[in-house]
Amino acid sequence: MSVLINKDSKIIVQGFTGSEGTFHATQMIEYGSNVVGGVTPGKGGQTHLGKPVFNTVEDAVKETGADVSVIFVPPPFAADAIMEAADAGIKVVVTITEGIPTSDMVKVKEYLSDKDTRMVGPNCPGVITPGEAKVGIMPGFIHKKGGVGIISRSGTLTYEAVDQVTKSGLGQSTCIGIGGDPIIGTSTKEAVQLLMEDPETDGIIMIGEIGGNMEADAAYWIKEHGTKPVVGFIAGKTAPKGRRMGHAGAIIGGKADTAAAKMEIMRECGIHVVESPADIGSKMAELLK
Amino acid sequence: MNIHEYQGKSILKSFGVRIQEGIVAGTPEKAVAAAKEIQKQTGTTMWVIKAQIHAGGRGKGGGVKLAKTLDEVKEIAKKMLGMTLVTHQTGPEGKVVHKVLIAEDVFYPGEEDHKEFYMSVLLNRQTGRNSIMYSTEGGMDIEAVAENTPHLIFKEEVDPKVGLMPFQARRIAFNLGLSGAAFKDMVRFVMALYTAYDKTDSSLFEINPVLKTSDGKILAVDCKVNLDDNALFRHKDYLEMRDIKEEDPSEVEAGKYDLNFVKLEGNVGCMVNGAGLSMATMDIIKLSGGDPANFLDVGGTANAETVEAGFRIILKDPNVKAILINIFGGIVRCDRVAQGVVEAFKKVGNIDIPVIVRLQGTNAEEGKELIDKSGLKVHSAITLQEAADLVKELV
Repeated sequence: MSVLINKDSKIIVQGFTGSEGTFHATQMIEYGSNVVGGVTPGKGGQTHLGKPVFNTVEDAVKETGADVSVIFVPPPFAADAIMEAADAGIKVVVTITEGIPTSDMVKVKEYLSDKDTRMVGPNCPGVITPGEAKVGIMPGFIHKKGGVGIISRSGTLTYEAVDQVTKSGLGQSTCIGIGGDPIIGTSTKEAVQLLMEDPETDGIIMIGEIGGNMEADAAYWIKEHGTKPVVGFIAGKTAPKGRRMGHAGAIIGGKADTAAAKMEIMRECGIHVVESPADIGSKMAELLK
Repeated sequence: MNIHEYQGKSILKSFGVRIQEGIVAGTPEKAVAAAKEIQKQTGTTMWVIKAQIHAGGRGKGGGVKLAKTLDEVKEIAKKMLGMTLVTHQTGPEGKVVHKVLIAEDVFYPGEEDHKEFYMSVLLNRQTGRNSIMYSTEGGMDIEAVAENTPHLIFKEEVDPKVGLMPFQARRIAFNLGLSGAAFKDMVRFVMALYTAYDKTDSSLFEINPVLKTSDGKILAVDCKVNLDDNALFRHKDYLEMRDIKEEDPSEVEAGKYDLNFVKLEGNVGCMVNGAGLSMATMDIIKLSGGDPANFLDVGGTANAETVEAGFRIILKDPNVKAILINIFGGIVRCDRVAQGVVEAFKKVGNIDIPVIVRLQGTNAEEGKELIDKSGLKVHSAITLQEAADLVKELV
């Protein structure tokens, strides 16, 4: 099982022949992901990294049966690339690109609303099902197949959690980097739902940060429907109000945006909140003992 | 990107939004010339002198004054230019006023009473749609209105398929209790305001107050405009509106190296790769008994040059008593980062406060060995907990 991606996923890379696309596609292939080709408009018919290049996502889907796409297209063209993937019937679109204008994402979200496409990201490290498929930029070697599902808005902080989980003797079912932008395709709650329904996932780690109310939404859902232990951490308890902390979405506007407010709601909803990011892995290990 | 009131107003005006007219000035003499010009254009008999800084609450801090004569314009401008204005948004250190806006008086008496409203356009993150938030309670702190009288705040959400529709603008004007000419003018105002927000790819417009004048006109008296940094590639003409005098000098310096830096008040500096891990590192500094002196995300390319720049920027802050470098190597290899730290350390020289380097991930052990063998006064750690313990021990 696992969620979103597995060893049978047929993956294409949009922005395949660019430097980012080339580097990370190489890493993905080395990890064992089933990359079936890529898309770079105008370079159709060529071969890159031993895989076919297509002019359009539609062509790629027709020829390879691709159902997952990962996007490394630069910000000005990324929204277009996401919509092209959805139009071609791709089921899971993982958008790595950082710096897409918010106004473009408003349009993308609307466009996807009646399509059978799930987007993850943008501005995210991607999705990995250890031992089966890596669709993104995370270092594969820190992961180990296992029963902990991880959801996070950030990149390296996710790696930190993964590493702690692996070193505590556990492994991961699927890790979903949902992204640090104000508008993202898969919310914390939706990612929690996916993992809660996944039979291979025994426990869930939910890592949030300041800004927005996704963590609270997820917490309320967990309170009603949760069946597995959830460990939570919110980054940015020491962040000042009104300042953007790196991620476009990490900014405290009102009281509900603060780490303290989110942690309190999560605690009330039965989530095992850790105050220190150093305790994420050991807390999960303790709960799954 | 934040811009000044006068710049925001020029954008609004270019989209047909009526504003309180004004001319910006940098000297008392130019302020007088501006006042004369505004009088010629609008017929105003009094002027409002408004300090141009990137912060709200200027009125209470003495940054907005009424002048009844040209002599008063000169006198007030002279006092205001160069003064350090402290408001609830500037922090106790305040901001120096470099420019003043000489604006027409719009609160003139007339047949009707004038009325102030609040209006903002912003993204509703929950729905992923833009919305217009407005209130009958204008000219005051909107957070207080939201807390005390939430029923006086209204919201209108915009469907991205069609944009803001006239019926929505009419609903806003009705809810604000308008009729007659003022009603029609408010509908025009709202439609133009949303168009401006949409076409400029802004992330926030806040007009507080929107004024109904005593002769039934609707106009923006003040405005706060935030442009989406990620969309500036489409609006290169707005780039020159950036005023680096309004930004923290160390943040401007960091920007030159593509470092994401936010100055804070604490005593432990930090340098981290990734925004989420940076925030988490700040939190762990606090938990270990220190206080974070900054947020610094060196991004995906932590090398000798960026680490050196990071060191120099952090060390400018005399409050810093220790530095914690926290790198999780994924694509970035820890031994490379360690080499960068060693080189930067030697180049910067005379770092007499403790430096803790925590390297984890790709080639972490090799990185730690490099640091330990360098002979530098650097404490190395592998796990986050070890790093936290070192902070506790050293601060």
